[in-house]
Amino acid sequence: MTSAHQPGHHSEVTLRVNGKPHTLRVDHRRVLLDLLREELDLTGSKKGCDHGQCGACTVLVDGRRVNSCLLLAVALDGSEITTVEGLGGDGDEPHPLQRAFLDRDALQCGYCTPGQLCSALGMLAEAAAGHPSHVTDPAAPSGPPVPLDRTEIRERMSGNLCRCGAYPRIVEAIEDVI
Amino acid sequence: MTGTTGTAPSKDHGTTGPTGTALGAPAERREGRQKVTGAARYAAEYALPGRAHAWPVPAAVARGRVTGVDTSAALALPGVLAVLTPGDAAGLAAPEDGTLAVLRSADVPHRGWCVALAVAETPETARAAARAVRVTYGTEAHHVDLTEDAPGGYEPDEVAGGPGRVEHGDPEAAFAAADVRVDVTYRVPPLHNHPMEPHATTAHWEGDRLTVYTSSQGGTTVRATLAQLFRLPEERITVVAEHVGGGFGSKGTPRPDVVLAALAARHTGRPVTLAYPRRLLPTVVGHRAPTVQRLRLGAGTDGRLTALLHEVTTHTSHVREFVEYAAVVSRVMYATPALLSTHRVVPLDVPSPSWMRAPGEAPGMYALESAVDELADALGTDPVELRVRNEPRREPGSGKPFSSRHVVECLREGARRFGWAGRDPRPGVRREGPLLVGTGVAAATYPFQVAPSTATAEARPDGTFVVRVNAADIGTGARTVLAQIAADALGVPLERVRTEVGHSDLPPAPLAGGSCGTASWGWAVHEACARLAAHPEEGPTVHADTTGEADADSPYARHAFGAHFAEVAVDTVTGEVRVRRLLGVFAAGRILNARTARSQFTGAMVMGLGMALTEHSTLDPAFGDFPESDLASYHVPVHADVPDIEADWLDEDDTHLNPMGSKGIGEIGIVGTAAALGNAVHHATGIRFRELPLTPDRILARLLCEG
Repeated sequence: MTSAHQPGHHSEVTLRVNGKPHTLRVDHRRVLLDLLREELDLTGSKKGCDHGQCGACTVLVDGRRVNSCLLLAVALDGSEITTVEGLGGDGDEPHPLQRAFLDRDALQCGYCTPGQLCSALGMLAEAAAGHPSHVTDPAAPSGPPVPLDRTEIRERMSGNLCRCGAYPRIVEAIEDVI
Repeated sequence: MTGTTGTAPSKDHGTTGPTGTALGAPAERREGRQKVTGAARYAAEYALPGRAHAWPVPAAVARGRVTGVDTSAALALPGVLAVLTPGDAAGLAAPEDGTLAVLRSADVPHRGWCVALAVAETPETARAAARAVRVTYGTEAHHVDLTEDAPGGYEPDEVAGGPGRVEHGDPEAAFAAADVRVDVTYRVPPLHNHPMEPHATTAHWEGDRLTVYTSSQGGTTVRATLAQLFRLPEERITVVAEHVGGGFGSKGTPRPDVVLAALAARHTGRPVTLAYPRRLLPTVVGHRAPTVQRLRLGAGTDGRLTALLHEVTTHTSHVREFVEYAAVVSRVMYATPALLSTHRVVPLDVPSPSWMRAPGEAPGMYALESAVDELADALGTDPVELRVRNEPRREPGSGKPFSSRHVVECLREGARRFGWAGRDPRPGVRREGPLLVGTGVAAATYPFQVAPSTATAEARPDGTFVVRVNAADIGTGARTVLAQIAADALGVPLERVRTEVGHSDLPPAPLAGGSCGTASWGWAVHEACARLAAHPEEGPTVHADTTGEADADSPYARHAFGAHFAEVAVDTVTGEVRVRRLLGVFAAGRILNARTARSQFTGAMVMGLGMALTEHSTLDPAFGDFPESDLASYHVPVHADVPDIEADWLDEDDTHLNPMGSKGIGEIGIVGTAAALGNAVHHATGIRFRELPLTPDRILARLLCEG
């Protein structure tokens, strides 16, 4: 690529993506989402808005869920990235949450699905670590895992839009793996 | 009618339906595994060697002409390949659809119209280049305000395949003489489809052969349109739309992305991807046009309608006529001796409106079913009973008998499941602390539509079968349900049938729209498979074409019907409306896949919830387009807005439809939702809101004044 060789606007970073190291010379404007999609051909992470408004690009960075369209790749040197392609094990078996999405028909067009999956896994870890949400009882002690009822799941998943309206099925699928 | 099947266990992977055949089974969607693992590829995800990226430059004025385009700064950026400007498409044939006439001339018909296209090695560089393009304009005065008395309005000759105006009896006189009268005006703002996948195309020329990977609800039409525009025989064009990230009407016909990408690819000699930026979509892919709807209902004291007048004012662009045919529902729903259903459309300097899920029916039934609720109030009659009392024997607009109509059964079954009996009709009396609680009901209708299609069925030596049809799976589960139809017609287990869709090398087929996809493709699939089963000697491949059958006139009025029930809590402190329960019961012919059908019903109800409570767009009078152009400002429902939603159905046995006996199911779920919610808000608060959406600012202002 022509622009990839312009001096001064590129830097070398090393990322581990789904367990594999990648050393890349990245355009400073490049966000993680475009790096995954354009340079690693990991197109499972979707671009719905490119502005952090829809959640379709959600991936896990060092175990935490992020909108990958808002993270500049150059700032992620040394990070561990997990995308939807990396959720399943080494074999053919999908992750239990992926299986639950199929069982519950928690998808239609499928475009928000990778983001919903990654977001749900990040969310489950947050609740397990005791992070409160807007609907968590303020009087509850901080620290212990937050029990996830449907209100908690809905609140915590609200950064992931689904225009097909699969929300009720997505919530059921998440409940299946709690 | 058979029993309800909508609550079939959602974890059942079953491949046989209630009658032991594949039809009706809750079969798991076949592409699901690809979608949950990230393997499913969408239009922008075909990384062809040497692929470049394009970025549009939107017009910054609402009406005028481009007087100059300075591309020097853009072209000076490293990695920029080209900037296409007005006139670069002058060599193409003139499109039938004016929204595709991009870069043909310097005219600017509305703000956001594409006036230049930057092409570069990377998306970042294309974006920077688009921003570096300097466009100058000659501007003219513009008008984007829709009012009932806006000048230039006219009554369209035709809407939705019928007349713009239907009038029976003497509606004005009948209304004036009615014992009980309701005269109300409802307003629905512009609404945006916003499928999660933006409109995108990857285009690639090899000599004079063009391949496009595009996000479309109908690849056959894309190919025909490109052939006409680029003056190519259709066989030199390949259109691939294997996975489509939603459309809801906005991808029903080709949109500018496919023309621009093909143009840019030819101009640069490189494969080009154009993924339209989210914020620019509302101006170029169509929107639901705003409507101002005057409803006049006259009734006797017995609750029977004596007059129904439904007058719709809406806008269209100067690019082409599109009429949001909201008054058509009044030709279908209720018995009345005097009927007026008419439209007035005003061309303005606005972006072109187009189809959005249940165009016409969704806003029309919001207004009609809200007005019926007002009539029930005025009469002191239960709103379910009032609807039952006005059930027509024949379709009011046409006089045709219905092929099947079970709206009363849907209302009764819904009322039973919802616990409607014994409802206290008094509004504004159910307090729970700061909350006011209420329930509402509305009916729903959506026409049965079907179009000719072709398909092939092939018997393979290993005992399996392949069904081929250029259908589009936009999230409906088309692959799955077509395999079920095929398995049933062939008399073989579902596992032995493979479906191929989404490629223009496959037999031509109509679009996934108007809730007619499965009905149309399925008819051709059924015919091919039934012939192959009856006459294996015609094989191994049998071709079917339903032209002449599927488009034959029917002596019947054919529609799906339904009933929606809603419970809301209105916060008197914040003005927020929260949905507690939402139930839809539908009668839509035979349901072909219990699992994917339920998802479509409930999904459309979620979109109806958005229409009622959160989705709001406006046309800025100064700038001329939509300030609510992205997903931070245009609020589609999120997880936290959506409670447990229940959808169920009554199976109908209707032999006047197609060999499967199926009506469409993709749209009816949205149709009555907004009215049911609005009626529930009235029941909760005692205040009648007649403009959507029911946002806290509007609710609170009137609660403080009138509550």
